[in-house]
Amino acid sequence: MTFDIAAVLFQDGVANGAVYVLLATVLVLVFTVTRIVFVPQGDLIAFSALTLAAFEAGHTPGTVWILALGAALALILAGGKAAGERNLAGLASAALWFGAVPAAIVLTALFLVPKEAPLLWKMAVTCALITCLGPILYRLVFEPIAAASPLVLLIAAVAAHFGLSSIGLHVFGAEGVRTPGFAGPPLVVGDLVVTRQTVGVIASSLVLVGLLSLFFRRSLSGKALLAAAHNRRGAELIGVSATAAGRTAFIVAGLIGAISGILIGPMTTLYYDSGFILGLKGFVGAIVGALAIYPLAALGALLVGLVEAFASFWASAYRDVIVFTLITPVLFWRSLASPHVEEEAE
Amino acid sequence: MMRRILAWAPLGALAVAAMAPLLLTPYQLTVATYIMLAAIVCTGLVLMTGVAGMVSFGQAAFVGVGAYVTAALSTTFALSPWIGLVAAIASAAVLAALIGLITVRMSGHYLALATLCFCISFYFLVGNAELLGRFNGITGIPPVTVGAIALRSEAAGFALVLGALALVIWWTRRLLASRTGRVLRSLRTGTVIAESFGVDGQRHRLIAFVAAAVTAALSGWLYAHVQRFVNPTPFGVPASIDYLFMTVIGGSGQVWGALLGAALVTTAKQELQGLLQPVFGATTRLDMLVFAALMIVMLHRARRGLWPLLQGLISLHLPAPPIVAGIDLPSGRARPTPGLPVLAASHMRRSFGGLVAVDDVSFDVRAGEILGVLGPNGAGKSTLFNLISGTLPRSSGELSFLGQPLASVGARDMCRRGLARTFQHVKLVPDMSALENVAMGATQRGHCGLAAASLGLDRAEERRLLGWSQHLLARVGLADKAWEAAGSLPLGHQRLVEIARALAADPVLLLLDEPAAGLRANEKTDLARLLLELRADGLAILLVEHDMEFVSELADRLMVMNFGRLIACGQPGEVRANVEVQEAYLGVAA
Amino acid sequence: MSILLDLERLSVRYNRLTALSDVSLEARAGEVTTVIGPNGAGKTSLVNAVMGLIPSRGRVTFPLWPKAALSTGARVRARICLVPETRDLFGPMTVLDNLRLGAFVARSERGFDMEARLAEVARLFPRLDERRHQQAQTLSGGERQMLALGRALMLRPRFLMLDEPSLGLAPLVVAEIFRVIEQLKRDGVAILLIEQNARAALRVADHAYVLEGGEVQLQGSAATVMADARVVGAYLGMGRTGGAQGPVAEPPERIEGGLASGSEASRPARDAGVHHARTRPAIGAAS
Repeated sequence: MTFDIAAVLFQDGVANGAVYVLLATVLVLVFTVTRIVFVPQGDLIAFSALTLAAFEAGHTPGTVWILALGAALALILAGGKAAGERNLAGLASAALWFGAVPAAIVLTALFLVPKEAPLLWKMAVTCALITCLGPILYRLVFEPIAAASPLVLLIAAVAAHFGLSSIGLHVFGAEGVRTPGFAGPPLVVGDLVVTRQTVGVIASSLVLVGLLSLFFRRSLSGKALLAAAHNRRGAELIGVSATAAGRTAFIVAGLIGAISGILIGPMTTLYYDSGFILGLKGFVGAIVGALAIYPLAALGALLVGLVEAFASFWASAYRDVIVFTLITPVLFWRSLASPHVEEEAE
Repeated sequence: MMRRILAWAPLGALAVAAMAPLLLTPYQLTVATYIMLAAIVCTGLVLMTGVAGMVSFGQAAFVGVGAYVTAALSTTFALSPWIGLVAAIASAAVLAALIGLITVRMSGHYLALATLCFCISFYFLVGNAELLGRFNGITGIPPVTVGAIALRSEAAGFALVLGALALVIWWTRRLLASRTGRVLRSLRTGTVIAESFGVDGQRHRLIAFVAAAVTAALSGWLYAHVQRFVNPTPFGVPASIDYLFMTVIGGSGQVWGALLGAALVTTAKQELQGLLQPVFGATTRLDMLVFAALMIVMLHRARRGLWPLLQGLISLHLPAPPIVAGIDLPSGRARPTPGLPVLAASHMRRSFGGLVAVDDVSFDVRAGEILGVLGPNGAGKSTLFNLISGTLPRSSGELSFLGQPLASVGARDMCRRGLARTFQHVKLVPDMSALENVAMGATQRGHCGLAAASLGLDRAEERRLLGWSQHLLARVGLADKAWEAAGSLPLGHQRLVEIARALAADPVLLLLDEPAAGLRANEKTDLARLLLELRADGLAILLVEHDMEFVSELADRLMVMNFGRLIACGQPGEVRANVEVQEAYLGVAA
Repeated sequence: MSILLDLERLSVRYNRLTALSDVSLEARAGEVTTVIGPNGAGKTSLVNAVMGLIPSRGRVTFPLWPKAALSTGARVRARICLVPETRDLFGPMTVLDNLRLGAFVARSERGFDMEARLAEVARLFPRLDERRHQQAQTLSGGERQMLALGRALMLRPRFLMLDEPSLGLAPLVVAEIFRVIEQLKRDGVAILLIEQNARAALRVADHAYVLEGGEVQLQGSAATVMADARVVGAYLGMGRTGGAQGPVAEPPERIEGGLASGSEASRPARDAGVHHARTRPAIGAAS
């Protein structure tokens, strides 16, 4: 291997790694606030790229139907529950989140996004569609069992992924898409050619890690979200609703997922089911940070990207085998670093 | 009578099932074979998920390991399928042990995700391996031969799989009722109970994981030789998820849930595809959406699955098993002479970060005495308790038990040496009977393991262990509650079951952590009588209590702690008169 | 005095079990209202329902703050606080973060001063201040109770509910907690105090309710209730502050036949006659 090849692989690795950083960060965010290992995050990314591609092709993206169906179900469930408890505030919030907001977004996507609309507008609507899916998923899948163990939540998350990918195949079809690049000509730094897309992904993942890290370390609002994961009742008693905290986490997850999809759409071909493997690679990264520490998780994700790049050079068929086997030493290291001790509080 | 009928029901069902080839069409027979293959995998998952509380998203990969190992051996190397069986089981066991060794110590979702990653790796590995035929797989696998007969036909395949399934179910049920099975069943609540009674909890978690993998490999072996070809498709993540869904939907707590889930999901899948494809096209996978939705609803509404719901309809009137005859096993330990120290601690210290929870505490407990430990909340009583019982390592200080110095103590080791304890917050296995909970304590008094239980060699020992447990239940006054689920007993009785369980370990030193908390007045009196009897038997008893009146009346000596330090120790009268004690504990200005 | 909390025929059911049936109760501004009763009488269900943490039937109204009835969050924003029996602290966070989070909903109010509030709580509980950077889960039982109370006080509550603040605590700590309750009462904070430690509770209370089997058995001014023969028999006979059984003397779990009976009720208080002492020696040997 020459230095040039290594440099190219390194660049590839960092670019891929940055994508996994975006994923790992969201996984840490969602886990610290809700204790859910949010496997479907990858699906949101794939759906985002597929949605944008559909807008580009002048179709109505299938996301619209997923959103409409999901919102309707969530509205029935949340509205029914609130009505049963005669909880007016709950009813109003359900009508807003699962009625008015999704309806407005769906109508916009149906009628206000012509084929010749500017790319930026299409991206904005894509973001709105995917972001809105986040809280709906939370309501349908996780909210009723929010107090369950992480293991039960993980099973639910995996089930949600299978549901999403099955409906994804139905509405998007089996073809892959690659969205058009939007950032202009590539940059040339010495011998390296770097697309602006890549720079965008790296920059946004860096900014994201920094922002989230600061938010949860420094701000009282960040701590309030964490409080909801530590003790649900305690959080309620200081005026932080655990449900609202979970919903917030999922809105952020949806938004970051949408942006990630738009950013990586031009870099790689995405299929309706690409999200799963993407999400798991992000997860391997997040594990390095014990699903809790943003910078460490980001480093882990970067490492996954690099390993993947070099693995595909040496043994491209076994690329995924190598990446997923990587989790074994990582887990081993984590189990040594944080032995599971059961201590009883006095 | 009802019991006897139910006991024979599985055999009856087996006989009926054996008739199936005469009644079913070849297609139905194939579906039935698939159901049973899945049920074998799910039975392993019941053991691992429902019983021991671990989740695997990679069970299909273990099926694949079994199938590919035997496929490669019987085609490329032309070895007998029976050698393939041994190799399949051995490779799955080794792989599972490796994965398990790394992850069983961590909390549950890590193991689940490790198995998921393993499954993906396995899929791509066999899909790309030249030797294993890449994604085309291996064809021309020979059928299983018994003597000179090759089991080629659908009916023969069906019979082979049925036999294997019956064997697996029979074995699992036997295992669950055994000494090892009780330990496995305790793992859902964590490893604390197992460790406190001398059993390596992590090792048993590993056993459950390996057993599940081996069962899966058996199913893979059958699949390869019945189907006669293998490719990677049925061993990917979606298949693993199917197995998990089957188990959860059927009911992961019982063996029959596995069978129910496998049957329901497999047939529902076939039917759904038939319904959906004409409407949505041949490539549709909307059936997965249906299952995902069903799974999520199950998680929300009936996490224990369908079998318990069914069972609720049938077994309401099932009479309890007969009470086991009590057996008073002689103690296996030499009783120390009354008055001699059983446990001696000197200068014990434990700090958490900057906080010193136990600071320079020295004391001893003697055979045939009750030593009461008193102190306000946060005085370090519980920490001291954990240091002695081996749950927490000490920062410094000396500890000796029966005259032997202890360099470092673990809960398991302390139990083997003759220390048994109860917990401040009751820790019983709620869905296990009171008798079996007590028998958990006697685990160390038996020797039969997995192998003995599988071969039925543990009968005599089981009779002794359960008899001993029944004897102790009678001693704490709960003889008639033997078969009631521990979780359904009132708190006072649960505390008594804990004491019986501690006694079952045949201890020389009994540690009781607030045994009287939550007891009513008459229950306290009974408890006090029991403790006095035990003292008369020569046991050393260390009693941590909040209820000063209760302790003062019982204890031979009292020690009082405050801010991690021992501030008084001696006869109850002296201690109570101690000015420092009153000041610290009772808030009286001196 | 104006009514802060008005409960009308409040009922709480868990599956088939009735925890509270038709409880009506009032709490007034500037007063301490106490609810006493044995284990399982429904006291905790009562405050949880008042706080909106569990569903209930009947009416919960806060006449001065009508909006508060909407949700738990709305109650907190109206500065109605509950210190639960289970404390519900945020274990892995520091004492300081726990306290700061107590004032979470007030953070955007005009003139909000976090430091001033922290200083106030530190004055009341110097021990918390010493441990300010320690994780809440490493605190002892008494300190946890102080932190739970301190966290609620960070909001400067207008109506404070305390669920068994003395449960499982050593007499010294109980005394400190009750000292703070008295201080709050002097500052004009309305308090609803749930206690098993009937004597201590009645001593600070203005008004008292006796709850048994989910129903109000008796109510009246604290003095009347304290003098009621049945209460004396069932609760005060053994509710010794510095009692031998620790701070919370456990009343019989089930009182057959209501207030007057109870297996330990007739037992004479060993330390009767030392009523004047704020806390008294339990063992009595030194007195």
